[in-house]
Amino acid sequence: MMNNTKVIQVEGLTKLFGDFVAVNKISFEVEKGEIFGFLGANGAGKTTAIKMLIGISKPNEGKALVAGFDVFTQAEEIKNNIGYMSQKFALYDDLTVKENITFFGGIYGLSKKIIKEKTTSLIEDLELQKVTNSLVGSLPLGWKQKLSFSVALIHNPKIVFLDEPTGGVDPITRRQFWELIYKAASKGTTVFVTTHYMDEAEYCDRVSIMVNGKIEALNTPKKLKEHFNVENMNDVFLKLARG
Amino acid sequence: MKRFIGFVKKEFYHIFRDKRSLFILFGMPIAQILLFGFAITNEINNVEIAILDQSKEVTTQEIIHKISASKYFNINQLIEKESDIERIFKKGKVKAVLNFEKNFSKNLITKKNAKIQVITDATDPNTANTISNYINAILQNYLKEETTSSLKAYKIEPKTRMVYNPELKSVYMFVPGVMTIILMLVSAMMTSISITKEKEIGTMEILLVSPLKPNQVIVGKVFPYIFLSIINAIVIIVLSIFIFKMPVYGSFFLLAIESVLFIITALALGILISTISATQQTAMMISLMGLMLPVILLSGFIFPITSMPLPLQVISNIIPAKWFIIIIKAVMLKGVGLQFVWKETLILIGMAVLFIGVSVKKYKIRLE
Repeated sequence: MMNNTKVIQVEGLTKLFGDFVAVNKISFEVEKGEIFGFLGANGAGKTTAIKMLIGISKPNEGKALVAGFDVFTQAEEIKNNIGYMSQKFALYDDLTVKENITFFGGIYGLSKKIIKEKTTSLIEDLELQKVTNSLVGSLPLGWKQKLSFSVALIHNPKIVFLDEPTGGVDPITRRQFWELIYKAASKGTTVFVTTHYMDEAEYCDRVSIMVNGKIEALNTPKKLKEHFNVENMNDVFLKLARG
Repeated sequence: MKRFIGFVKKEFYHIFRDKRSLFILFGMPIAQILLFGFAITNEINNVEIAILDQSKEVTTQEIIHKISASKYFNINQLIEKESDIERIFKKGKVKAVLNFEKNFSKNLITKKNAKIQVITDATDPNTANTISNYINAILQNYLKEETTSSLKAYKIEPKTRMVYNPELKSVYMFVPGVMTIILMLVSAMMTSISITKEKEIGTMEILLVSPLKPNQVIVGKVFPYIFLSIINAIVIIVLSIFIFKMPVYGSFFLLAIESVLFIITALALGILISTISATQQTAMMISLMGLMLPVILLSGFIFPITSMPLPLQVISNIIPAKWFIIIIKAVMLKGVGLQFVWKETLILIGMAVLFIGVSVKKYKIRLE
């Protein structure tokens, strides 16, 4: 039986592209409300692993339960219970802030009333009152990222998957972005995040590090540093990635 | 359903906020139909000609007068010697020279044979051909009307009658073609571009992760273009009826059904293109090279299929536009019903089903 506090349970999950093993028998569990860092070099298989968890790519082997649903047979149920923000910025530039919120609320089947409430609170939280009716394309990248994150949470998902959400934004905005992540986690949303920035890895409750399709390390940042006897996560990463 | 409406609304925002797509959607059809209708034409009007009249008699004057009175020719100038002919062609304005031989009337009466040399500028062979035919016709006409019965030799006179387009108006030929091009362009190119755009900016992934089903996403993206294509078809038909006096002898209902069928075929092609291209640029190139060129060259719109070499005739069969042009020409100009175009209709339906099937399959593979 599924343990209630575990929102993601993965066992021996594997993805093959022809002969190439993109993801090689990975296993891990994520607790409710946890901020789980999913690290790895480019091409290590992070994005492939995420795609299997969010139900848009079928695994070849293994087991995975996301929000209590099986990725093999219940992809549709999973989709209703997760939020997703990809490394590419993904709101519509030619729609206004308000139209974007309305649209994404709509495709998650929220009622007009709820969308209206959500829009108001979201715009207040992000202090976007002045640009509510501006096209998203005219906003600075940092604002767009924050808006994009909030939109990914619009239907109160149990888990939110963030695939390199802070790529290309300045340190101050990254800081603000992590404040949003903490806020979401404190409300009970589980955050599954991949990142390139090792200082961000320090913010996570636990991190896993993927090398060539396998998870080579999984623990709290503190324990990982102790285990490898280094000062910061950057060195942990370098030690592992270089083998 | 509510989700679907929201989706379609979003799609219209995209279309109406993008000046380029607005231009392609609404400027193009009107510009094309007017261009093809007015400017590009196979008919000749007010062609400048020169006359070299070596007889200067009543008969030749009468013929010259008859030619200049027609709306097809303007007499640009009268020249005096044969050496002027080349000079005048080189200037470029005069497209034909009529050279009446000496003693024209005398020869006509005594030898029953008088000569007029018609020299045309064949740098544009089609026009040259048409000019010489028109002049010939005017001369025949003159002979019939003006000469006394004693001069008439026995001869067989073919009376041709051009049916369905008696005045040989080229607009009758262009309207179906332009309509086909526009529907192809709007349906196939615009949808393939708009779908690949979502892929390119990363929103497609977000949509696939949402509870929307992939099919709903595609139908939502395609729906506005069905709507806009139908509007376009109506605009084109209305323009051609009111501005070019193009008749529609057949049923409007059949015309509408066939148009929708063609639109669906083109949309399916657009979806297919979007499944194989990763960027908007690629989608546009494939649409232009893979769809527009064959539509223009091999559909029978401009170049008759029967005079193509056999391999091209065979290839033309796989081009949906060919069948659509046959259908709408038959419905508009011949006024026939479905019993005469059911074969072509079936072929179009078959193509639509095939394209939809293949793109659904391809789309699924991409998701695995």
